Amino acid sequence: MAEPLLQLTELTKHFPLKRRRVVVHAVDGISLSIGEHESLGLVGESGCGKSTAGRLVARLQEPTSGTVSYRGQDISHWSRRRMRPIRSEIQMIFQDPYASLNPRHTVGTIIGGPMEVNGLRPTERGIKELLEIVGLNPEHYNRFPHEFSGGQRQRIGVARALALKPRLIVADEPVSALDVSIQAQVVNLLQRLRREMGIAFLFIAHDLAVVRHFSQRVAVMYLGKIVEIGDRDSLYERPRHPYTHALLSAVPDPDPDTPRRERIRLAGDVPSPVNPPSGCRFRTRCWKARDRCALEEPPLVRLGGNAEGHLTACHFPEAPTTHGSDVVLDPALS
Amino acid sequence: MIPDPSFLTVRDLYVQFKTEDGVVKAVDGLSFGLDRGRTLGIVGESGSGKSVTSMAVMGLHDPRYSEVSGEVWLDGENLLTATPRRMEALRGRKVAMIFQDSLSSLSPFHTVGSQIGEVLTKHTGASRREARERAIEMLARVGIPQPKLRVDAYPHEFSGGMRQRAMIAMALVCDPELVIADEPTTALDVTVQAQILDLLKALQEETGSAIIMITHDLGVIADVADEVMVMYAGRAIERGTRREVLKAPGHPYTWGLLASMPHLATDPDSPLRPVRGTPPSLLTLPSGCPFHPRCDYADRVPVDLCSTERPDLHPRTGHSSACYLSQTVKDQIRG
Repeated sequence: MAEPLLQLTELTKHFPLKRRRVVVHAVDGISLSIGEHESLGLVGESGCGKSTAGRLVARLQEPTSGTVSYRGQDISHWSRRRMRPIRSEIQMIFQDPYASLNPRHTVGTIIGGPMEVNGLRPTERGIKELLEIVGLNPEHYNRFPHEFSGGQRQRIGVARALALKPRLIVADEPVSALDVSIQAQVVNLLQRLRREMGIAFLFIAHDLAVVRHFSQRVAVMYLGKIVEIGDRDSLYERPRHPYTHALLSAVPDPDPDTPRRERIRLAGDVPSPVNPPSGCRFRTRCWKARDRCALEEPPLVRLGGNAEGHLTACHFPEAPTTHGSDVVLDPALS
Repeated sequence: MIPDPSFLTVRDLYVQFKTEDGVVKAVDGLSFGLDRGRTLGIVGESGSGKSVTSMAVMGLHDPRYSEVSGEVWLDGENLLTATPRRMEALRGRKVAMIFQDSLSSLSPFHTVGSQIGEVLTKHTGASRREARERAIEMLARVGIPQPKLRVDAYPHEFSGGMRQRAMIAMALVCDPELVIADEPTTALDVTVQAQILDLLKALQEETGSAIIMITHDLGVIADVADEVMVMYAGRAIERGTRREVLKAPGHPYTWGLLASMPHLATDPDSPLRPVRGTPPSLLTLPSGCPFHPRCDYADRVPVDLCSTERPDLHPRTGHSSACYLSQTVKDQIRG
């Protein structure tokens, strides 16, 4: 297999809370890789560490331990100066199209600024071409962010990332702040860019239905750990981890005929990452948890019946059948 | 059904805001109704007027900046002509609201218990002790563990899902007959969303209250609504029962919303089908049908009707969409 574009190995990020002398285990030893031109979806609920993972990949933060390798080089602790040549190759698209654009800069400056910093000479023509690629009117070159709608602003953010000809884009919830009808526009735009320009993506989102439309492989995170990872079809059609089952069953479905009883209602909330549960971190909300789950952390391994590359971290995985058919209701609520 | 309900009737509601740039027509002639024990889902995107409508029903628009006209009849009383004092007596007691953002809707300086209890002391003259007892009872009812301890906690000590439960407890403490839930699950994680929707449904079965569920999420609608109203640019463009609107939608905008929403049954390798363009500015609404600039089928309607004359919902039938396309053409398009 060719060398992956990006390789994370046992990547960990802990945030110390000074006042209380405790540590937030944001990301706790995750390993994954992204190949050239590949799109990997990273899903999970708030606080699971998916955004921190994205920021570690973009080297906006330095890992506590573990490594981030980009094209075979360990960049985990590179200085700003050393990072400079590859900064342009790893770009980010942010969730909030309102907070991530400078309100005092014109669109031209917003897109041209990073080019200048990276030693590319921005030309009006080049920027207008970028605007056209992302579906904005090139004549709006001199306008300010407030003159655009949320979806249009997100397109500006995409154009800014594209300006540096990146090989990898970390997109952190790029459509979750947008209206439904606009979300689809932006997902289609990113999809087109990935296909036409061969850019690899780390696509971070909480919405499994959106991720399914964008990713070739998908990783599911819970409380700082990857609990399941695999090819899209394998993961969506034969999920093995109870948490993946629960997430899939909670995906909104506009068809009133879908039997609602099949939905898994998880009890309680996600535990605090300051003091994660022992053993399997999902056990406190899992309907299959037994003593072993508290004692032993399940390794992320390929289970019998799973496709290659489909790894699951669970002692008592679900049977490898199509999801929905063997869904167990949360006993606490039934 | 919708046109002639006994409990809540909203007729020709207009809400306008005066701004430096001109008059914003946030709600532009809206009529709907709701019976006790039923849930009306109002769907729409940002700026469609769904939240402004609920604020109008609650009497929360500041008359200095807004102009509200029309009629809002609740149980035989027109709320738009009620005095501020009367509205204050009704809010929390007869009509209550659950907001999206529980962190900013709860006071950070007061305990959860005192905020729930305050509603009760204000409306029923209950003593502080009674209020506290009832707050504990309510916390237990909305499924907060250890309610006797939690009653003295501050909102920041609660998780997002628990805060939302606390807010529901606060809204329901006086057993209101109408509950308006404005995107009550949008800020929550998917696995917690389902819990909250279940809770609202269970409480409704207990109390028989009417619920207006405001959401942008058709999945939530499919889950809880009996009737559905789809809003666009301050107007209702479709209404009907949940099944009618979701299974046999009649308005191209509703088609667009349903088609652009990815779910697990769609083909992941085909592109999504978004609604093209962006929602109109409420300062300068398009002439005719407000959706016509984004509509793919305006040319299927004879003589520029779509761009010149505004279509309305049928005032009497249950399922209706504000669209000039004939049923035959719609059937053709939808295949």
